[in-house]
Amino acid sequence: MAIFKLNVNGQTKDVDALPDTPLLWVIRDNLQLSGTKFGCGMAQCGACTVHLDGTAIRSCSIPVSSIGERSVVTIEGISDGTTLHPVQKAWIETNVPQCGYCQTGQIMSAVALLAKNPTPTDQDINNAMSGNLCRCGTYERIKKAIHSAAKISAQ
Amino acid sequence: MNTLVEESKIFKVSRRDFIKSTSVGLSGLMLGISFSCTDSKKLLGDPNARFAPNVYISIAGNGLVTLIAHRSEMGTGIRTSLPRIIADELEATWNMVKVEQAEGDEKYGDQNTDGSYSVRMFFVPLRKAGAMARTMLEQAAAKEWNVDVSSCKAKDHEVVHTSGKTLGYGYLAGKASTLPLPDEGTLKLKDPADFKFIGKQFSIVDLEDIVTGKAKFGMDTVVPNTKVAVIQRSPEAGVGVKSFNADAAMKVPGVTKVFKIDPPGFPTAFNKALGGVVVVAENTWSAMKGRKELTVEWEKGNNADYTTSTYIADMMKRAKTKGKVRRDNGNVDKAFSESTKILEAEFIVPTLSHASMETPTAIASVTGSGCEVWAPVQDSQNTRKSVADALGMDVKNVKVNVTLLGGAFGRKSMPDFVVEAALISKEIGSPVKIVWTREDDIQHDFYHSPSAQYMKVGINKDNQVVGWLHRSVFPPIMGTVMSDANEPAGFELSLGMIDMPYVIGNVRCETHVAPTRTRIGWLRSVCNIQHAFAVCGMIDEIAHARGVDPVQNIMDLIGEDRTIDFKTFSEEVANYNEKQEDFPWETARFKKVVTTAKEKSNWGKQLPKGSGQGIAVHRSFLTYVACVVEVTVGDNNKITINKVDYVVDCGIAVNPERVKSQFEGGASFSTSIAMKSEITIKNGATEQSNFHNYLIARMTDAPLETAVHIIESDGKPTGAGEPPVPPFAPALCNAIFAATGKRIRQLPIKLA
Repeated sequence: MAIFKLNVNGQTKDVDALPDTPLLWVIRDNLQLSGTKFGCGMAQCGACTVHLDGTAIRSCSIPVSSIGERSVVTIEGISDGTTLHPVQKAWIETNVPQCGYCQTGQIMSAVALLAKNPTPTDQDINNAMSGNLCRCGTYERIKKAIHSAAKISAQ
Repeated sequence: MNTLVEESKIFKVSRRDFIKSTSVGLSGLMLGISFSCTDSKKLLGDPNARFAPNVYISIAGNGLVTLIAHRSEMGTGIRTSLPRIIADELEATWNMVKVEQAEGDEKYGDQNTDGSYSVRMFFVPLRKAGAMARTMLEQAAAKEWNVDVSSCKAKDHEVVHTSGKTLGYGYLAGKASTLPLPDEGTLKLKDPADFKFIGKQFSIVDLEDIVTGKAKFGMDTVVPNTKVAVIQRSPEAGVGVKSFNADAAMKVPGVTKVFKIDPPGFPTAFNKALGGVVVVAENTWSAMKGRKELTVEWEKGNNADYTTSTYIADMMKRAKTKGKVRRDNGNVDKAFSESTKILEAEFIVPTLSHASMETPTAIASVTGSGCEVWAPVQDSQNTRKSVADALGMDVKNVKVNVTLLGGAFGRKSMPDFVVEAALISKEIGSPVKIVWTREDDIQHDFYHSPSAQYMKVGINKDNQVVGWLHRSVFPPIMGTVMSDANEPAGFELSLGMIDMPYVIGNVRCETHVAPTRTRIGWLRSVCNIQHAFAVCGMIDEIAHARGVDPVQNIMDLIGEDRTIDFKTFSEEVANYNEKQEDFPWETARFKKVVTTAKEKSNWGKQLPKGSGQGIAVHRSFLTYVACVVEVTVGDNNKITINKVDYVVDCGIAVNPERVKSQFEGGASFSTSIAMKSEITIKNGATEQSNFHNYLIARMTDAPLETAVHIIESDGKPTGAGEPPVPPFAPALCNAIFAATGKRIRQLPIKLA
């Protein structure tokens, strides 16, 4: 085991973990932030999506030892606790979730997309979101909600 | 669907069920609502007062209403819809309602969240539960005012007297709690015209928690001092460990114990731990890493040579020979001999896995006094019983807390993974969380059965369909429990085969033996998947053989408006556990969804070359569904699903918004079945392991647009979770035929 200093949601945290522990399990087991989900463990489903220096990454497939000083943001870190992020607002307005399990990963991918591309086309959305699986099949509403979030953000 | 096997205890409201509950706790929920309190408008009562006339409802002196969601939430919105039914009859104000999840306990009635029957079974009982509380609040107000109860009417969390004075539910709670329970027969249910929640769109109670990451699924439960366990299970279902070496695993930091659980043998049953080598660790990663270091040698069982490719080929061989007759009307052989056209077709649907996004997981804590579990389970009562059996405990000493389910689709109706957690906790003497990796999930599922079907249809010189022979071969679900269950059961054939409704003079349905050789279970809509694929595909083939438009062909074959009596088909036909007189098979409703789909889809519209429309219509879970798919097949055989139109008659839609979401999602779920997913088993071992080789639809595969049209109805509510699935794949394949002239009779679709 080894101690790693991580910058998660703007706070510095010391975690004690095996160096090859995927960031996902450090977030979930050590930091007890359970909004980031386990789905496949091999970067196939996107349920574990977080932001690393603003880029959406699959936290199940990156070891904690490689994070260094880069900033990690999880679903718990995208809003300040009182005001929701425009993407979260759009998700609520569109009633996107069914079971809800994959949705935090979907939202993290959508937030990263909109940060880089404030007015994505359907094709842009497909490209950014096709790594996120939803077994309930909420894809149409996800697409709708991303367009709607783009509008909310533009206001 | 388990209810078809284990006779369902259909919950009837009776005084016995309306035992005053003591289990309903009220946690301090601060509501930003101010109350005025004058003589003419008393809203609040004794803060400690509690009025709980039945197990589903508790009203506190502060006016807060706690409603129990007793069935499991896996994405259908049931945790919201059922409390809304109660709240409507109760005349509660929704922002004064808190929803609490029930633990597994018989006092709540049936909790097996399966078979799309939650609303169907509980619509009336929950209305009565709400009406009972409302009636007693009105009686309490009448007593307080010393007036006749007929002059008091509950509305929006208050009881209003004809004079205009009002008393709040909080004020009345303590007073109502002292009144005798009224007779069920005296309760007056609301006129549906006065419904304020039922039939209206509304959002689920967990919505904000889900989008902020606060929602707690099974994987998210935290219990202090919980260890994490993973299990290396045998590739062949149900066989045991011959030997194992844990030396390397024990060297992984964090690993605390390695031991084996004995297997159940085969058949495995639904609720027994599969057995294997257990790795227990301080955290999830150490457990997973430790498991990779194991060396295990497995026993060989009777299914070590089970290979699905040869198994399916063998089933198809048998399907082409005379089988056991399960429905026989008229004389199909004679009809064929008198036919001028004969159609024959073979249909194959592969083994499928549920692959819910949250893999099976549970926490169990076994102590000297009992066992408490926290788990995402569809059937909390059976979970409780199964854990009690496995531990040799009285069920009274087992407590099952139900979390949100991160998808389930039938997988989590089997509590085997909870039993694993309980056995491990007992062994190690501390709470433990069992985690299934995706590989565990894909390789050790209770799969949807692989199937082979043969169909033969005869058309006479007058262009009428006169003969229908359908043979269906697949290993039955009950083969997972009993080795002598080796041929499809009547309830499985009633899912789309022997309940075939079309007016054809001579019909015979047959089956063959097909032993179950791995764990088989229920997947969303179950045998309707393969039966609707064959039947709705064949109906389209008939249309083309007859030279009739596919919609017109369906209308020709279904015949005049009438109620079908299944007993004229076969004694074996079941009606989703309901009496025919309560939920009759009505051809007019079937026709209405077809004609509506024709209109809404702009059926027959001009489409460019390479594009086409297909239709399929199917009744399942007592719900009538027509599905029109519009598809484009590109030069590279790339399939684009441009538009799906679903027309749904599910009686009263309690929450039309969630019915729509079930169908939108159902289209995507079915796209996986139609185009992506296939489990193959070789020498007893599943060949797929994760989402790179067990494919499910991604955003780029899913339909571009799904329109859901709900037929206005005041009929009894029926299912919404499973009915989207059966007609989708055949509608898609029929559309591909319209677009390309290629007939698809095997899933997943391979065009190249």
